Amino acid sequence: MPKLYDLAHCRAGDKGNTSILSLIAYRAADYPLLARRVTTAAVAQHLHGIVRGEIRRYELPQLGALQFVCDDALDGGVTTSLSIDAHGKSLSSALLEMQVEP
Amino acid sequence: MRETLRLGGGAGFAGDRLDAPVHLAEHGKLDYLVLECLAERTIALAQLRRRHDPATGYDSRLEQRIASLLPILVRRGIRLISNFGAANPIAAADSIVAIARRLDIPVKVAAVTGDDVLDLIDLDAPTMESGLPLSRYAPLVSANAYLGAEAILPALASGADIVVTGRVADPSLFVAPLMHEYGWAHDDVDRLARGTAVGHLLECAGQLCGGYFADPGCKEIPGMADLGFPFADVTPDGDAVLSKVAGTGGRITVATASEQLLYEVTDPHGYLTPDVTADFSRVALTEAGPDRVAVRGARGRARPSQLKVSVGYLAGHVGEGEIGYAGTNAEARARLAGGIIRERLGDRFPDLRIEIIGSTSLHGRALDSNTRPYEVRLRVAGRGRSRADAAIIGDEVEALYTNGPAGGGGARKYVNEQIGIVSTLVDRARVESAVTLRQWSSHAKAV
Repeated sequence: MPKLYDLAHCRAGDKGNTSILSLIAYRAADYPLLARRVTTAAVAQHLHGIVRGEIRRYELPQLGALQFVCDDALDGGVTTSLSIDAHGKSLSSALLEMQVEP
Repeated sequence: MRETLRLGGGAGFAGDRLDAPVHLAEHGKLDYLVLECLAERTIALAQLRRRHDPATGYDSRLEQRIASLLPILVRRGIRLISNFGAANPIAAADSIVAIARRLDIPVKVAAVTGDDVLDLIDLDAPTMESGLPLSRYAPLVSANAYLGAEAILPALASGADIVVTGRVADPSLFVAPLMHEYGWAHDDVDRLARGTAVGHLLECAGQLCGGYFADPGCKEIPGMADLGFPFADVTPDGDAVLSKVAGTGGRITVATASEQLLYEVTDPHGYLTPDVTADFSRVALTEAGPDRVAVRGARGRARPSQLKVSVGYLAGHVGEGEIGYAGTNAEARARLAGGIIRERLGDRFPDLRIEIIGSTSLHGRALDSNTRPYEVRLRVAGRGRSRADAAIIGDEVEALYTNGPAGGGGARKYVNEQIGIVSTLVDRARVESAVTLRQWSSHAKAV
C-alpha cells in the first residue's frame, strides 16, 4: 500500500496548542484520491496519541491540497511544552507515513 | 503610478541568516526590504532584557544586520521595514542612528510604537487558548497588540529610510508599502487580501525558496548553502510574481509556494490580520518561468474589529537531561535508564517526560517499527518549582553514568526558564500607534 509520502508533501505549522498540517499532491490527478481517503477520521486514527483534540479539514482543489487543523496537538502549547519538538515541526513526517488504499 | 513595486523578504525569524539579505539588497533591484524578526516569544524575551537595561529590548542582532545593510540600502535607494524593534523600537532607532553616524551615512529612521498594551489590558479578559482570565497567568511579562499596516503608513509618509516597529502582524509589514505607494484604502478588501497573500508568502524568507522544503530524492533543491531570499513584483491591483536573484541557490516553484501559502494558516477561507480577513481558498499559483511563480486570486472581507494581543508570562523552569546508548540492546538499556529515573523522580515531578531519541521522542511511538536504531539517547524533561529544583532532573540523568545501565555516554544537562504565551483581544480603538523620528544628516553637513 502506498504511503502519503509517495503522493504528497506536507509542511507543519503551529499556533498555540494547534498544529496545522498541509497535504499537497505532487500531481493534480492524485488530489481526488487524497480527498477521498485522507479524511479527518483517518488522520485522527493515524495520529492517535499525538493529536488529542478536534481535527478540521479544508479542501483546496485549486492548490491540489488539503489543510488539517489539529487542536490539542502540541503537549499544551509551543511555549510551555516539554517536548523536544515543541512546535511539532516534525509532525509533517508523521502524517506522510500514513498508508492509503489506492 | 508605477507598474510594479518590488518587495524583498530578508529574514524569516530573528535567528535567520545574515548574509542572504545583504545579497538580496545588493543584487535584487528592490524598492523595499522587509525583515521579519519576531516569533511569538521573541518580544517577551526582549521585554525581560529591557527590564535589566532600558537601552536594550530590540533584536540582539540589529547592529549586525544594519552595519552590513545600511550602506547598500542608501546607495540603492531601498527602504527598510522591520519589526526588529521588538520591545523597544525607539532604542532600536537610536542604535541605527548611532551606526549611521559611525559610518557617516545620512539616514532618517521612524520608530512605530503603540503595540505595548501591558498597562491597558483588562486582567479579567479571557485568554483565547483556555478561556481563563489573564490574571491566572500573572505576573505578566509583556502584552503586545498586533498592529496593522495603517500604523506604518505615517512612518512611510514621513520619508523615513528605515521603519522600525515592535509587534506588527507579519504580512502587514509588506502590505504597508503597497498601501503607501498605490494609495490602497483600508476598505479595499480584495487588494489588501492580495497584498496579504504576498506578505504571507515572503514573510518566512527562505521558506519560499526551497528552505524547509528539501527532501533528497523527491524534493531536490540545489545550492541550499547559498539559498537566495525571495522578492515579489506586485502590481497596483495586488497581483504578483515571486522570484529570487539569478544565480543564488534554492528554487521557487508552485510546490514551494503552495507549502508556504498554507503555512500556519488555521482557516484558508478566513486568514485574519489587522488589515483584512483574507480568503486564500481560490488563490492560483502558476509557473511563470524558471524560479518565477505568479500569484493571483486572493479575496478579502472586512478586517476584524478587535486586535489580537500576545501576552507573555513566566512559566517556570524546565530541567532536561540526556544520555546515549549504542549497539545491541541499546534501546533496552535506555528504557532501563528511563525506568530508574521514573522511580527516583516520578513523585517529585508529576509531568516528567521520558523518551528515547532515535525511537520515540518526536511522536511518542515509532510509526515505522521495522528498524532498530544502532544508537539512541534517553531524554528526560520536567518542570521545576525553581531553577534549583529543575536542575535535579539533569543531575539525576548524569548520575546514570555510575549508577545506571552499561555503556551510557555523552550525558548533557540543561535548565531553561520558560516564557509562556497566551492571547487575548482588545478593541481596535483602545490601541493608539505613534511615530518617533530619529535622524543623522552626516558630518559634512554638520560642519
